[in-house]
Amino acid sequence: MAAEAVAGKRSVGHRLAGLFQGRPRLQVGTLLAGPVGWLVVGYLGSLAVLLVTAFWSVDALSGEVIQGFGLENFEALFEEPVYRDIVGRTVGVAALVTLTDAILAFPIAFYMAKVASRRGTAILVVAILLPLWSSYLVKVLAWRTMLSNDGIVNWALEPFGLHGPGYGIVAVWLVMSYLWLPYMILPIYAGLERIPNSLISASEDLGAHPLTTFRRVILPLSFPAVVAGSIFTFSLTLGDYITPRLVSNDQFIGNVIFNNITNNQPFAAALAIVPIVVMIAYLLVARKLGAFEHV
Amino acid sequence: MRRRDAHSARTAWLVVAGLVAFMLVLAGCGSSDDDNGGSGGEELQQLGKGEGEVDLISWAGYVEPEWTKPFEQKTGCKVNNKVGGTSDEMVQLMRTGEYDGVSASGNASARLVDGGDVDPVNVDLVPNYETIFSDLKDQPYNTFDGKPYGIPHGRGANLLMWNSDEVKPAPDSWDVMLDPKVAAKYKGKISAYDDPIYIADAAVYLMTHEPDLGIENPYALNDEQFEAAVDLLKEQRANVGEYWSEAAKQISAFANGDATVGTTWQYQYFALQEEGDPVAASPASQGFLPKEGATGWSDTWMISSTAKHPNCMYMWMDWIVEPKVNAEVAEFFGEAPAQSLSCDQTADKNFCEKYHADNPAFWERVYYWETPVADCGNGNDDCKDYNEWVQAWTTIKG
Repeated sequence: MAAEAVAGKRSVGHRLAGLFQGRPRLQVGTLLAGPVGWLVVGYLGSLAVLLVTAFWSVDALSGEVIQGFGLENFEALFEEPVYRDIVGRTVGVAALVTLTDAILAFPIAFYMAKVASRRGTAILVVAILLPLWSSYLVKVLAWRTMLSNDGIVNWALEPFGLHGPGYGIVAVWLVMSYLWLPYMILPIYAGLERIPNSLISASEDLGAHPLTTFRRVILPLSFPAVVAGSIFTFSLTLGDYITPRLVSNDQFIGNVIFNNITNNQPFAAALAIVPIVVMIAYLLVARKLGAFEHV
Repeated sequence: MRRRDAHSARTAWLVVAGLVAFMLVLAGCGSSDDDNGGSGGEELQQLGKGEGEVDLISWAGYVEPEWTKPFEQKTGCKVNNKVGGTSDEMVQLMRTGEYDGVSASGNASARLVDGGDVDPVNVDLVPNYETIFSDLKDQPYNTFDGKPYGIPHGRGANLLMWNSDEVKPAPDSWDVMLDPKVAAKYKGKISAYDDPIYIADAAVYLMTHEPDLGIENPYALNDEQFEAAVDLLKEQRANVGEYWSEAAKQISAFANGDATVGTTWQYQYFALQEEGDPVAASPASQGFLPKEGATGWSDTWMISSTAKHPNCMYMWMDWIVEPKVNAEVAEFFGEAPAQSLSCDQTADKNFCEKYHADNPAFWERVYYWETPVADCGNGNDDCKDYNEWVQAWTTIKG
């Protein structure tokens, strides 16, 4: 009996093994069904449902969602100038934060990848990762305290007769640049590390000025890494609404979505399409600039 | 290499196109079914045995272990609480039909009644209702078509607060915040409430200062009145240092010198005073409020029309206005209790006096939050509804 049962079990396993044998497509398909299914249903599916909602509307009296195709949300979005201002402000700050982070991150990443000792690099990597271990909210609130009227920024600037930026758009730019800097440094560091030192030596041997080496060798080779980092900084700024709320009075796309999400979901969904469109445009431009060619 | 790129790009576009097509089909197919008009269900006639649990939506600080544990022991109803951040969120949650009751402010209650999400309450089954302050009963935000739709929980007013070192002489009017000429003196130091309902504060101000507009109810504004209130707030925008929505944010602004005058809740005022910060609010000689009056809130426990545990919900509504419990809740949260007998039960013996719980003259000058709806309540139908308030609030902040 026992021997038979074992034989039966083995034959199921055997049959399964036989099924997969020599069928690479089935093997891969079975392996990927779970994760791909999760991606399609969990991510793309919910995104699609969100976007569908953008065409619905809300009953004025009870505030209940009316399911039916209509473009009034998008009309409101285009006709009311305040939304154009808000989109412009959000995209502008996102671009500025990205530029700031790229300028700050490049020298640090270069030092880590090409100059520092192995030990020095390890210390710097930890130092850059360390802020990511603390809560986002704690960091923003710390900035809020530092930038307040009686805060440390004004205290430090006072002897020079200066006054800090206070709360406002400058504060948002400062805080966001601080928050997302690690997301720019790490990809650039990874990108620079992959450039063989021999290329830099060769450029020097051929008599190129260090600036020429930077412009003609290092920058083109590390450009995809900078773009990869910029996608993080740009999209993270585009979607954030807590920092603007805590250190300014300025509304960003996320704040308006937040204000509408509970009483007018369709309009909030229409607003949510804006950053998606901006991101697609951003990726297309990055592609045009050749960011994905050497990957 | 390039061929593969082109291939994958085409696949990506196909996926996007497929998703868009799927979306459009879904959007087109969606039917507009209104399953519940404001028909209003029947109230419970007789209290039965508890169902073993109760699912609540509440403001933070309204449902705390100090008074839910004894409730659970007494009734056997386990309390499952979900905190709602805003009135809008509470309405949204109630619409899921998964909850038995909610602590609704006046700017949520009418929406819930309109949507058929809540049932009238049979106050005979709530013995403690009897001794609730009478000026909280039969109000437009908790009674509809003559039927009580909930049990009053507590109330508060939006006070004018200022830094007594910086603002002299002490103001007796909201003009320090709302009259552009006076407010310019405190440019960048004004702290305003960050919510569409704040438009009503401007309307209250206009009731006194622009009587020609004929505003009777700051929550029922026609085109002209609404525009005047919105314009006033757009002018105020230039002087506002910060809009606050969390109490902690305003407390830090006043403590750190970022705000010198603002609209506040009693909670922040007393918290700052306890810290020794130089803040002041309208004194007793002015009836504790600026001369125009003020907005405020009055919260009501309402029962869902699809409550799965109606008996436990009734027991909860009675429990929360039990004198000792209502005193605990009011002191914990920092608001005036609804239960008149609570004033003898508070830990701080002056609590009810500080919060004017037993002072009807104070509350007469408070316009409790209501949901703005198109029906003006005076026979006209051209008032701005809440959606328009939200849109306007976005344009005010810019």
